[in-house]
Amino acid sequence: MNSYALFLGCTIPAREPSYEVSARKAMKALDIELNDMKGSTCCAPIPIESLDYMTSLSTAAYNVALAEEMNMDMVTLCNGCFQNLCRTNEVLKKDAHLREKVNEVLAETGKRFRGTKNVYHYLQVLNRDIGREHIKESMVRSLKALKVAPFYGSHLLKPSEVLRFDEFEDPHVLDDLIAATGAQPVQYLYKNRCCGGLLRGTADDLAVGIARRVISSAVKAKADCMTTVCPFCWLQLDTGQLEIRRTFNEAYNIPVLHYPELLCLALGIEPKELGLQTHRVRVDPLLQKIA
Amino acid sequence: MNSQPDEQARKETFVEEMQEHHGAERLPYCFQCGVCASSCPVARTTPRFNPREVIRHALMNDKESVLTTEAIWLCCSCYACQERCPQKVEIADLMMAFRNVASQRGLVPKGYIEQASGFLMEGRIALPSGFAQKQRESMGLPALPSTGVEALRKIMAKTGFEKTLQKAKEAK
Repeated sequence: MNSYALFLGCTIPAREPSYEVSARKAMKALDIELNDMKGSTCCAPIPIESLDYMTSLSTAAYNVALAEEMNMDMVTLCNGCFQNLCRTNEVLKKDAHLREKVNEVLAETGKRFRGTKNVYHYLQVLNRDIGREHIKESMVRSLKALKVAPFYGSHLLKPSEVLRFDEFEDPHVLDDLIAATGAQPVQYLYKNRCCGGLLRGTADDLAVGIARRVISSAVKAKADCMTTVCPFCWLQLDTGQLEIRRTFNEAYNIPVLHYPELLCLALGIEPKELGLQTHRVRVDPLLQKIA
Repeated sequence: MNSQPDEQARKETFVEEMQEHHGAERLPYCFQCGVCASSCPVARTTPRFNPREVIRHALMNDKESVLTTEAIWLCCSCYACQERCPQKVEIADLMMAFRNVASQRGLVPKGYIEQASGFLMEGRIALPSGFAQKQRESMGLPALPSTGVEALRKIMAKTGFEKTLQKAKEAK
């Protein structure tokens, strides 16, 4: 069995229980053990890095050091956590001078960053440890009728040189993992573009405008639903549709599934176990389509 | 052109000052081609942000205009510009370097102060409400473990983050 330290982050437990439920169930069904981390903190992503780079770097290193103590690689469910933790890990592994500076800060906490572990997004774990063939074989419910628009999110892909997740201009990992569930991945222009999530709270009007462009592009491509792999992207594309209705008087009503929800449905898990009612855009039309 | 730069100014231009910061090392290599602006999802949505213009002001050593403009806080950090820059200017990181310097002066937008305060007090930038806790419980999720906020406060005391945040709050 593959065993990982689960870095849950802030946004998922605060706002998106259905993402966490489906991720835990899907990973368990596919024989991946997720171990909850004790004493972890916010990963100190871009909103913190914007105020002070050293604080962000040290905090991320602190959390990676916790996984090192567990002697496990770390897995995240959030693109923001993935980008910040993976970037920090890779930068500090290479830069001995910076590593020393960070370890001077961490000495206050009794921890030390060693650079002995890796940070993964769970799509990498599914793609590599489990493999698409095995996922295909595990599918129970047919999702053949569903056209799904994949949405990658910027921080899964970029900076590509450091994250090494996929081709940033033309990614395919999520497309392939959607196909493995039996559903049909849909091609559309905005699949690897920005969701606008970082502007929430600073410039909400701009955040809504960016989300609107992504969603309308997926609707034009005749997708039945979109799928995301990050809590911020999901917030922008699901909850964002209410804001789009208020601001632009446009109703798209396209359901947005977290990728593990799609996986759980294909694994034959009952929809009522997944907390799908917590979505702002109703998912019932999708469930009828695959019933 | 006025013929100002005296010896002192030449040694300590804004560009040189910025180059000490992570992500700003390649700032002087920008040749204003505009690939960043045409890749930018925010610039496509509003005239309030254009990465090429921000960099142009920086290259002209117009420190005041760079540090005080709302624009540096409107970058979405999607890294599209940074990936595509033919001069390998790390534009998304550069915008964060500008924000770091602005933060030292207490120039931080309200939304960022709120998130930083949650980070300092609770160890989380998004806080779970009582409703969210109940919802988790009813869906069979494990109780949330406490965060390592004490360790985090030690980190922030050492890096000076607490002081930066305090200054930003006082400037409001």
